[in-house]
Order: sequence, then structure tokens, then C-alpha cells
Amino acid sequence: MSVPRYWREERPRYRLIGEECAKCGAKHFPKTPVCGCGGAEFKPYKLPETGKVLSWTVVRNAPLGYERFTPYIVALIELEDGTRLLSQVVDVEPDAVKAGMRVEYTFRKVTEDGQAGLLQYGYKFRPVVD
Amino acid sequence: MKTLIRVGIAGYGAYVPMYRLKAAEVNRMWGTSGEPVEEKAVVALDEDTVTIAVECARQAVRRSGVDPAKIGAVYVGTESKPYAVKPSGTIVAEAIGATPSVSTADMEFACKAGTEAMQTCIGLVGSGMQKYAMGIGADTAQGKPMDALEYTAACGGAAFLFGPADESVAELEASYSFVTDTPDFWRRPKEMYPRHGNRFTGEPAYFKHITGAGNALLAETGYKPTDFKWAVFHQPNAKFPINVAKMLGFGMDQINPGLVSPVVGNTYAGSSPLGLAATLDVAEPGDRIFMVSYGSGAGSDAFVWKVRDPIKHRRGGPKVKAYIDRKRYVDYATYLRHRGQIIA
Amino acid sequence: MRKVAVAGIGFTKVGEPWERNVKELFAEAASAAMKDAAHTEVEQLYVANMMGAHLQGQISMGALMAEAIGRPGLPAVRIEAGQASGGVAFHEGVKAVASGLNDWVLVGGVEKMSDLLPEAVTTALAGAEEQEYTAYTGVTKTGLSAILHRLYSHEYGATPEEIGWFAARGHDNAVGVAHAQFPFKLSIERVMASPMEADPIRMMECAAVADGAAAVLLGPADKVANGIEVAASAVATDHLSLAARKNPLTLEAVRKAGAKAYEVAKVKPKDIDVLEVTDDTTIDGVLSLEDLGFAEKGRGAKLVAQGHTARTGEIPTNNFGGLKARGNPVGATGLYQIAETVIQLRGKAGANQVPDARIGMAQSMAGVGSTCSVAILRRV
Repeated sequence: MSVPRYWREERPRYRLIGEECAKCGAKHFPKTPVCGCGGAEFKPYKLPETGKVLSWTVVRNAPLGYERFTPYIVALIELEDGTRLLSQVVDVEPDAVKAGMRVEYTFRKVTEDGQAGLLQYGYKFRPVVD
Repeated sequence: MKTLIRVGIAGYGAYVPMYRLKAAEVNRMWGTSGEPVEEKAVVALDEDTVTIAVECARQAVRRSGVDPAKIGAVYVGTESKPYAVKPSGTIVAEAIGATPSVSTADMEFACKAGTEAMQTCIGLVGSGMQKYAMGIGADTAQGKPMDALEYTAACGGAAFLFGPADESVAELEASYSFVTDTPDFWRRPKEMYPRHGNRFTGEPAYFKHITGAGNALLAETGYKPTDFKWAVFHQPNAKFPINVAKMLGFGMDQINPGLVSPVVGNTYAGSSPLGLAATLDVAEPGDRIFMVSYGSGAGSDAFVWKVRDPIKHRRGGPKVKAYIDRKRYVDYATYLRHRGQIIA
Repeated sequence: MRKVAVAGIGFTKVGEPWERNVKELFAEAASAAMKDAAHTEVEQLYVANMMGAHLQGQISMGALMAEAIGRPGLPAVRIEAGQASGGVAFHEGVKAVASGLNDWVLVGGVEKMSDLLPEAVTTALAGAEEQEYTAYTGVTKTGLSAILHRLYSHEYGATPEEIGWFAARGHDNAVGVAHAQFPFKLSIERVMASPMEADPIRMMECAAVADGAAAVLLGPADKVANGIEVAASAVATDHLSLAARKNPLTLEAVRKAGAKAYEVAKVKPKDIDVLEVTDDTTIDGVLSLEDLGFAEKGRGAKLVAQGHTARTGEIPTNNFGGLKARGNPVGATGLYQIAETVIQLRGKAGANQVPDARIGMAQSMAGVGSTCSVAILRRV
């Protein structure tokens, strides 16, 4: 795993920070160099940390680095303000996931580079704990 | 010990992972009996001390209402840090938005690493060096199979953001640290599990240091046990904290809200911090809380907290009880998988 | 812009030829295409390949294949557009001839997926997705299709079985096909009894790891006797991430490429006699049918389940088995689709022939529609 690649994405992943286009107001997560409207000026945008599950899958045959975690759930999530993202959903059994389920951000380990390599963290979502 | 500037808890957070291993399941595995606790908390596959610390820290920041950029220190006390070299504190500080104007480090003093972190942060705020500083105790303690501590070595933590007493949910009135070189429990670097002195961990270790610190703090402050509404002690199992409470003159009513070990296990550096969080969850303004941690090696940190009005509106979101009640049991094999003890 | 024709086609049997390397597979397909065209002059080579850099550690596939076919020095380049590499390479070849820059252009695709273990292939396939916020979640390509599958069922009431029929129909068409990877029937019962791959998509709804190569020789229509004319070729892209798309159940890249192709060829869906679509999973095939205009949004699965896409149906689809049964050596697949369409339009499909096929469409798609190419071919 590339250390610079991981380090570059720490803040957006740890704090769920995207960007808002200064020209048209479109919200981007992750950030993008040029907005669909042509604008190239942005300001930081903090995404809401709660939302709902629109759809999901259960990964049973994982890519390299994720085998230890199967079976795991990956969902298309819509946050409170309408922005969407893809994320694992944790702390729930696969057959208990429902469309529209309320979920919230949680900070979790994503993968690790073997016994000696870098630990990689990031956002996942879990059913809201009240 | 008293600070120059009065210090208090601006916000606190706690976390217990959702999986549980019952003592009965450990007994089923080894053909043993005995229940030092009913069940203990076990991390998910993707949790570790850093993720637990971040959960606690985020809740503390949220409840405090403090702008995280103003947090000047993040100290993490643990004996299960994921990197032997690379601070957990930097990851936590980055995750909560306290970087770059922040000091961090990881601290180790077995089960009192958390209160060690708290003492340090109290010092930073109390001296005027920082306005806000966060001390965290979190662990994913490793239980050696077939060892007595397998029943209890658990995962969890709590975080305390310290700031000016006049804004706080609980003020620190005084603290005390009592330390001797007592080798009751240790782990050498390349070993996976700690070793301990079995019965030696009781009277010469746990009880001596908690009563040592506790009695010294009571003497220094002039307080009696009846001056306290609540008391929290390090909880390696269900029995020890009850016994040491009695030895110091505290009763079951005082320790009950903070006594989580029967259903969570021993969260090591998170143990008495988690007990404090559970107590703050139910405390009323004006309540005084007596707290004494214990860390093998050995030592105790004792604190007197006075709860203040702001607590009423600064403990929103899930309380410790919500995390305790959120649970799913695992069998022994699944437990091993979650603790990374299956060779694959 | 002048008209372009397919002068010759060639391909290898899709499977796991362990003892043959990518150069040998490519050369076999290229040689067969030139023999089929009875023409060996080539001025430009395009090599469609998606994951050779991962699978074989091989970059420079353009120059490597020029050498492999005995022509070091030939202008050559590798075209990569994920699983749409074949169709997009075809598009580049068409442009080269249509523009007048080249007369004879060879477009070949090759992929040899069996060289790595399944989890490494899964990882390579996920390389087509955005890496830091999609692949980083641990989702696989099949997982992304599965998210759409569930959304589709939820939105339109299609059952998993109706969607699963796409695989069974494809297998019906692969029976007796010499170059197919799995030339046998697969019942819907077996499809639906197979284990979950990425819920709710089952293993038998997904194309398998495959090796293969396919090539076409393109020339100016007025110089190709008995050529099959390229009536249109179009390419479009879309946001890679499902999260960035306003309506994930419409594959905009498919819709746009299809619309452009229909416009240039001056035909409509009802004019298409034979169709090859991307069914690396069943739901990809269903959505492709809809976004190419062959079914109303949400009705595609029922259409397939009810037999309308069978060889005897209104829109004969994946007539030699499609990605599931003929096979999906990803970078080469788009060219298998072109070659199979040509066979139908020439009337040379034997037992698989769709009677009087005059106009055919081939759709090559990457990821869950991040890139799509659509070609319309016509017998003149």
C-alpha cells in the first residue's frame, strides 16, 4: 500500500469532509478537480454523519486485503442532506439490513498491509445507537 | 495534588463494542467453572484500541461543544496500542480535528494508563499551558487461553476533555498518585500475553495501592466516604471493586452505577474511566464522585470530582448503558477470530 | 468521413488454455481474422486489453502484439477502457479508417485471466472502479452490480428469478457453439440454487474467469468485398461511482452511446435484428437492454424471463451465449461481440442463425457503466 496515497485521503475519510463548488453549490465527496458546471473553486464541506441505506450487497469473495472480514456488507447510503456515498455497514447481521435503515458514521479499521505494514482506517456506518 | 488553574471535565465519551463472550462459554471450552464476571465485551473484526479511542473522543468533543481545533492535547493510555511505535494519539487527534496545533503521546501504565493520561491533561490545563486537553483510556486487552484472566480481559474505553472548571460538567477538586515498584503483572515486548502473579495481584498490588491512594486523598481533602454520592474503583472483575470499596468505607449504593465489569469485563486502561463515565451518566449537579484507578506495576490515581449544572445538557447521545445493552453473543471460535488468534 | 467495413474476423475458443500465453492467443485471433479477410496488409494495430498489467505484469501490449504477429515496427497501441476495452478499441479502429488516415486496421483484444488466483483477479477487476472511495470499501465489481440488482427489484418488483433468467437464456444459445466456454444449457433452477456471490447475485449469474482473444480487420467499405458495414460506433462515459449518479438504475453511458449510435445509423431499436449486450452479471444485461431502448425501464427482467430475447423472440440477444456462457475474457469480449454479430449478418451462424439478420448491435460496457461503446453493423 502506498503511504502517500493513504495519507492524502486521511482527512476526508476520518472527518467526512468533501467540497462544495463555489460556482454552483454542488457537493462533492470525494472532492474533484473540476465540477460538472466547469467551476474549479471549492470550499470544504462537512458531510452529515447520519443517513439511510438505499441498497446494499454482502461481499463473500473479497478482494486482496479484505478477506479477513467476510462476509461484510457494502451499502449505497444517502446522508441527511441528500449526498450519497458507498460504505461498509457494520455491527449488524447481513439478514437484518433493511432498505431505509438509519445509519451513522463510525471510525473503523479498513485493512492492513500484513503483519508489519501500515494500518488503514476510514469511515464505515452502523445502525444508529441511541 | 491541586492545580493552579481550576480544571473540570468539559465533555466525556465512552464506548463498549457490541460482541460478548460469556464466562459460561469459556467454561464450556475448557471444562472449567467459575465466573469472575458474567460476560465480557469483545471487539468487532475491524475495531482496535485506536477505533475505540476515536469513538470515545468524538463523543466527548460533541458533548463538550468545544471547537476541536482548540484542543491542545490528546493523550491515549493503553496497553494494546496497534503500533508498538507510532502514536495512537495522532490518529485520534487527526480524526477529531485537533491537528496540527496539538500535543499527543501514548502512555502505558497497565490498567491505569487511562487515568495517567487524564492526570497529564489535568496538569496541562491546570498549569495554563493548554485551555483544553483530552485524556483517553482504551484497550482491547488480550486474554491468554486457559488463564484466569481470559474471563475478564475485555475491550472498551472512555475519554475526558478537560477545560476550565467554570464551564465544566464536573470539576476536579483534587487528585493523588500512589506508585511503588510492584511486579504483579507485566508483558515482555515479543510476548503476546501478559504474565501475572495470580494471588499476588490482590493484597500487595490492587488493594494496597487503591487504599494507599484513596486514604491519602481522603486525608488531604479532609473528606469522609459519606461526603461522596458516588465512588468508582478499578474493576478487574466483579468482586474486587466491591471489596476495596468496603475497605475504604464506601457502600454498594455508591459504586453501583459505575460497576460495569460484571457485564463488560475488565477494559484495562478503560476500566475506571468507563466506570466514571457510567456514573456521570446518572449523576446530579452537586454530587461528589470519588474515583481510584489501579494499574499493575503498580500504582493508583485517585480523584475527587464535583458534578456541576452543565451536566444536565451535556450528556446527550448514547450513554454507557446503551452500549452495554447493545450486544450479540459470540461462541469461542468466533471470539478467537475477532481477537485475531486464528492462524490463517 | 468514409464508410468502414469489417473485412475479416477471428477468435480463439474461450477457456483456460494454460499452456498458451497472451501473445500466442492474440496471434491466433489476428491470423484468423486476416485469413478470413483474405487480406494481410495492416497499417495500424489496436490492442484491447484491460488487466494485462495486473495479470501478467505486462505493459506495452501494443508494441508486444505488433511483434507477436510478426510485424515489429507497425504503429500500435493498447486501448484500455475497463471491460469496454474491446468495444472502445473497435471504435478507435473505425475512426482511423473512417478518417482516411489508414486503410487497413487490425483491432484485436486479448485477456488471460487464469494466470492469477481468484482473489487477485477480483482485485484486478475492482481496479476499474474509483480506488479511494469505492474500491477502498472492499466492494467488488459484482458487489456493485448486486447493489443495483437489489435497488432494481425494490423499485420495479422484478423477482431475483426473473433477473436470473438472463443467465439461463444465454446458456441456451451457447449449446453447440465451438468457441463458447460453457456450451451447455443451464436451468433457471440451477442458477437460483447456486451460492450467493455478492448478495443478492448468485454465482451462476456471473461470468467466470476466462482467457481468450478476438480480432477484426477493418477496411474502407468500398474496398472490402462482402464486407459488413459499420453503420455507427459511439462511446460514452459516466461518473464511476454509483453514489455520484442521480439515478443509478439508468446507465447513462449506455443510454448516451446507444442514442448516438441510433442517430448516426438512422435506425431505431425495432430495426435491430441481433443484439449482443454486456452480461458479466445478469442485472448488467437487464439494465443494458433497457438503456438501449429494448425494454421500458423496469420491464427488462420480465422481457427476458418471458422469452422475448431468445433466438426466436422479438429481440434475439447474446446469440452465442453472451458473457456468461460464451465467456468474458474482459478486454477481448467487445471484439467477440463484434465478430459474432458479423457471423449473424453474414448468415453463417448455422444452428444459431437468426433468420434474415440484417442489422446488428454490439454493446461493450465497463464496470457498472462507467464506459460504454455501442456499434451498429449492417449487411448491405
